[in-house]
Amino acid sequence: MIKFLLMVNKQGQTRLSKYYEHVDIGKRAVLEADVVKGCLFRKKEECSFVEYKDYKLVYRQYAALFIVVGITDNENELSIYELVHNFVEVLDKYFSRVIMFNLDKVHIILDEMILNGHVVETNKNRILAPLLALDKMAES
Amino acid sequence: MALKIVKGSIDRMFDKNLQDLVRGIRNHKEDEAKYISTCIDEIKQELKQDNIAVKANAVCKLTYLQMLGYDVSWAAFNIVEVMSSSKFTYKRIGYLAASQCFHEGTDVIMLTTNQIRKDLSSPNQYDTGVALTGLSCFVTPDLARDLANDIMTLMSHTKPYIRKKAVLIMYKVFLKYPESLRPAFPRLKEKLEDPDPGVQSAAVNVICELARRNPKNYLSLAPLFFKLMTSSTNNWVLIKIIKLFGALTPLEPRLGKKLIEPLTNLIHSTSAMSLLYECVNTVIAVLISLSSGMPNHSASIQLCVQKLRILIEDSDQNLKYLGLLAMSKILKTHPKSVQSHKDLILQCLDDKDESIRLRALDLLYGMVSKKNLMEIVKKLMLHVDKAEGTTYRDELQHTCNTKLCNCSTLILLRYISILVELTRLEGTRHGHLIASQMLDVAIRVKAIRAFAVAQMAMLLDNAHLLTGNMQRNGICEVLYAAAWICGEFSEHLEDPNQTLEAMLRPKVATLPGHIQAVYVQNAAKLFATVLRKHEGATDSQAAQETSQLLVERLPLFVQSANLEVQERASCILQLVKYIQKLQQKDVEVAEEVSALFAGELNPVAPKAQKKVPVPEGLDLDAWINEPPSESESEDEKPKAVFAKEETKHSRPRHTEVDEKELARRREARKQEQANNPFYIKSSPSSQKVYQDAPGVEHIPVVQIDLSVPLKVPGMPMSDQYLKLEEERRQKEKAEKKKKEKKKKREKHGKGKKHDSGPESEEDITPAHHVDIVTEEMPENALPSDDDDKDPNDPHKVYDIQGNLQDGSQVVVSVIFENKSDSFLKSMEFNVLDSLNSKLQRPEGAGPHDGLVVPFQLPPGVSNEARFIFSVQSIVMPQKLKGTLTFIVKSEDSSTHEKLDFKLHFTCTSYLITTPCYSDAYAKLLESGDLKSSSLRLEGVNMPFHHLLARICFHHHFSVVERIDSCASMYSRSIQGHHVCLLVKTADQTVSIDAKCDEPSLLGNVLDEIKQTFSQC
Repeated sequence: MIKFLLMVNKQGQTRLSKYYEHVDIGKRAVLEADVVKGCLFRKKEECSFVEYKDYKLVYRQYAALFIVVGITDNENELSIYELVHNFVEVLDKYFSRVIMFNLDKVHIILDEMILNGHVVETNKNRILAPLLALDKMAES
Repeated sequence: MALKIVKGSIDRMFDKNLQDLVRGIRNHKEDEAKYISTCIDEIKQELKQDNIAVKANAVCKLTYLQMLGYDVSWAAFNIVEVMSSSKFTYKRIGYLAASQCFHEGTDVIMLTTNQIRKDLSSPNQYDTGVALTGLSCFVTPDLARDLANDIMTLMSHTKPYIRKKAVLIMYKVFLKYPESLRPAFPRLKEKLEDPDPGVQSAAVNVICELARRNPKNYLSLAPLFFKLMTSSTNNWVLIKIIKLFGALTPLEPRLGKKLIEPLTNLIHSTSAMSLLYECVNTVIAVLISLSSGMPNHSASIQLCVQKLRILIEDSDQNLKYLGLLAMSKILKTHPKSVQSHKDLILQCLDDKDESIRLRALDLLYGMVSKKNLMEIVKKLMLHVDKAEGTTYRDELQHTCNTKLCNCSTLILLRYISILVELTRLEGTRHGHLIASQMLDVAIRVKAIRAFAVAQMAMLLDNAHLLTGNMQRNGICEVLYAAAWICGEFSEHLEDPNQTLEAMLRPKVATLPGHIQAVYVQNAAKLFATVLRKHEGATDSQAAQETSQLLVERLPLFVQSANLEVQERASCILQLVKYIQKLQQKDVEVAEEVSALFAGELNPVAPKAQKKVPVPEGLDLDAWINEPPSESESEDEKPKAVFAKEETKHSRPRHTEVDEKELARRREARKQEQANNPFYIKSSPSSQKVYQDAPGVEHIPVVQIDLSVPLKVPGMPMSDQYLKLEEERRQKEKAEKKKKEKKKKREKHGKGKKHDSGPESEEDITPAHHVDIVTEEMPENALPSDDDDKDPNDPHKVYDIQGNLQDGSQVVVSVIFENKSDSFLKSMEFNVLDSLNSKLQRPEGAGPHDGLVVPFQLPPGVSNEARFIFSVQSIVMPQKLKGTLTFIVKSEDSSTHEKLDFKLHFTCTSYLITTPCYSDAYAKLLESGDLKSSSLRLEGVNMPFHHLLARICFHHHFSVVERIDSCASMYSRSIQGHHVCLLVKTADQTVSIDAKCDEPSLLGNVLDEIKQTFSQC
């Protein structure tokens, strides 16, 4: 299962974090720093899977943004690697502007895709449906 | 009222929204913390307003701040307020905040039950959805219990959007409230065939997770999954199903056979790499679990290997990595199929990615055979030279060392030179390993000794070239082997004189003691060889010169600080002086000197002891002394029948003597324990160690003269104490039981008189000590029925000592003492792992499996077992719950028993006494990296040096400096945290000012110190 998903910028600052198993807020900082260390400094030609403590990290870089997913040993690395791309495509489809200012909406998208540490939806239209409904509500 | 609303909305225009906050933080890079604290103040103001829109906006900002690492638990109630808003736009903000911030310990969650129930049954599917999503993050056992029914109803909701979410949430509900699994399972199973693929996928996910925890219960679903696998086109679902099958096949081999075909079909047909990878992995797992010797499966293996080759050849590094990873799994069972791809794997050694290189190395490790060894070694040697990255390099050398040996002589020759070459590399950590390999090869293989000796002599001769930074990286261990080999096989030396000279150089005295000792001893062996050589050539002059050399050089070693070096050197020096006298009288001594070292030292196989035949008439199972009581309990029943007559004659006579003897031994043991600084008597409180326990004054620590502070480090071993103790049963009850037992025995005609009564219980004052938590034996573990035949009386004491090892591993030694009268066997030690501390189990064992205690316990016997725990964070004390299960074997029955205990890892136990010099200490305090805290103890009535000794002993500190009634102390955690104390005393009040780079660790250590003194 998926333990956490982080969006980190190139400077190593966390932009979005979602934990699927409770981690103490004090320990999150340490974990995130470790994860950043493990992934950000890898070269382009190195593979996207890193073994970290009990779990594996799968990361992908999009321009200045890194998306890192922590998964348990029994999860398929490649499928998570694809999932990250799927997630980014959805973000791309919905947001025309900087996503940083709309993190709550990123959360909505993420919650539609991953629930309880499991992939629940990968269809872009279905993922975005609740968000679009929300937008309509806000307009009216 | 209307005015208030207008005013509220005007205010709102000036409020920051999330966007402004994010921007603001960006624009205040210099004083971010200050900016955020003003923002938090604003948010607090906003939360005080009645307007729900303002509150929602504030909560939205808080969620962002929480993500940045700020604690926002103080706003929990406001979050609940926003959650209960009727407007979806606000409600979702509330739920988002709750899902990010709430956890099981958040107490306001109790207030949400009704609100969540209302939202779950809302006509708006998004209300329901957002509530379900939130629940998945913060569901507590209470919530799970109260809402399980509501969620179960939602599993059959008309909208698939709700159904799939409800199904997934059920998994969390099962975890928190296991009773819900049984009633919900039929419906969950139904969802596997839901018309909506999303719901189906959710159900598969949940069952996969459940099956991973307990595969047995889900075997019955295999046919259903089989159908799904052949019909589904959703790769996500397929991957999960295939994983599930991977978990089920070890339980049901027939399933494995059936799986191979559809899996290979998928491998052929799929274009999705993730699915391909999963299939290959599962095929491998299936083939491993199937019994070997199934020739018709070689095709499947071939297919897998081929597909993996394609992955490894791919330019995508990710595929390459996974390919190698999967390949190593095949290697374990089908090494031949992998070996044919050696070229490819060797290529990967040149990869730019270190993790890929490590994987490739891992594979090579398992691939070596007689034929390809030379090639692989050559390639590896090239790599050692240019290898980058320390992990990789160490790994590389490790591979060279351990794996590439044990073939033919020729290879061994090469091996020796490889080892020698390896020593030339700087920065290896494997000195010890290289040394033991050298010794091993030289001792076992006669044919290569000459070669090995020559190489070693060279190494000794050149030792000075390496000594520079050798000591630090441990390569000097190699010299240990070199010296020994040269001495033991000195007949092969070309120029023993020169080697002897090399071994006695003054530089040698800078080597670690154990190596010097070997040097000295082997110098003597060499001396014998040299003498023989010279006397053979009747060159008495040269022989005398050699003796002179020894007489001159040995005194250096006689002065060594290392006792063993000193002892050996002075012994040999005297010998040589005597020989010198004889030489001056022209007496031939070579023969006699050589006789000192005559005979070959042979390697002893680990099993050798077992193979020694038992001399006739010696019965190893017979008792030398009578066991404390009820010795027949460990006899098998039929045996007892045959032995009956004999026991009648012999046993009663011995009983009395034995009891005395036992009492004496017990006394002796107590004395020994009291005098042994490494054994601390257990007592309900540590204070008793000092005051009640007899003979405890002899524990050296109390008498430590703190004016010599650096002697204190002798102690660290003695103190990591954890203890568990089973509460003693009330004595009366025990006595009663004993009587009953006696009756029973008489009835059975065993004819054994047993006047001992309950003595065994009274005599062994359970050894009772520090830090360890006492757990009462659960009632049901005792033979509660008075008519029960079971005479066992499992009174045992477990003493647990933890010794700290490197990194974050903690070795806990547990002393098991059987205080019952029965034989205990099949003991299994298990601990419920916490997130932080885990019992290390052997590879392949599940996370909940117990560890077998490698011995059995006859009555009254104690033994020690060691368990390794890995600990992540050491800043908090930990209590781990555990269970010991065992079989109690008594004269006529054997029963399973269970004993619960708690392991208490105090923070103190993570500290290691580390000496620190005052200047380093001062620097540390000045560095400003340390947080401080302090502690006052009132009414401490003991001499100051006792007080310090107590802190040193119980909490592993060393004294840095002491001036009058003020002392500075230092200790270090296994993870390198510095802990500094300044202890002052005046009028029975002790104040401790402490500093540490980890405030919570410090707090806990201080608490523990306080605890120690509160028990005075």
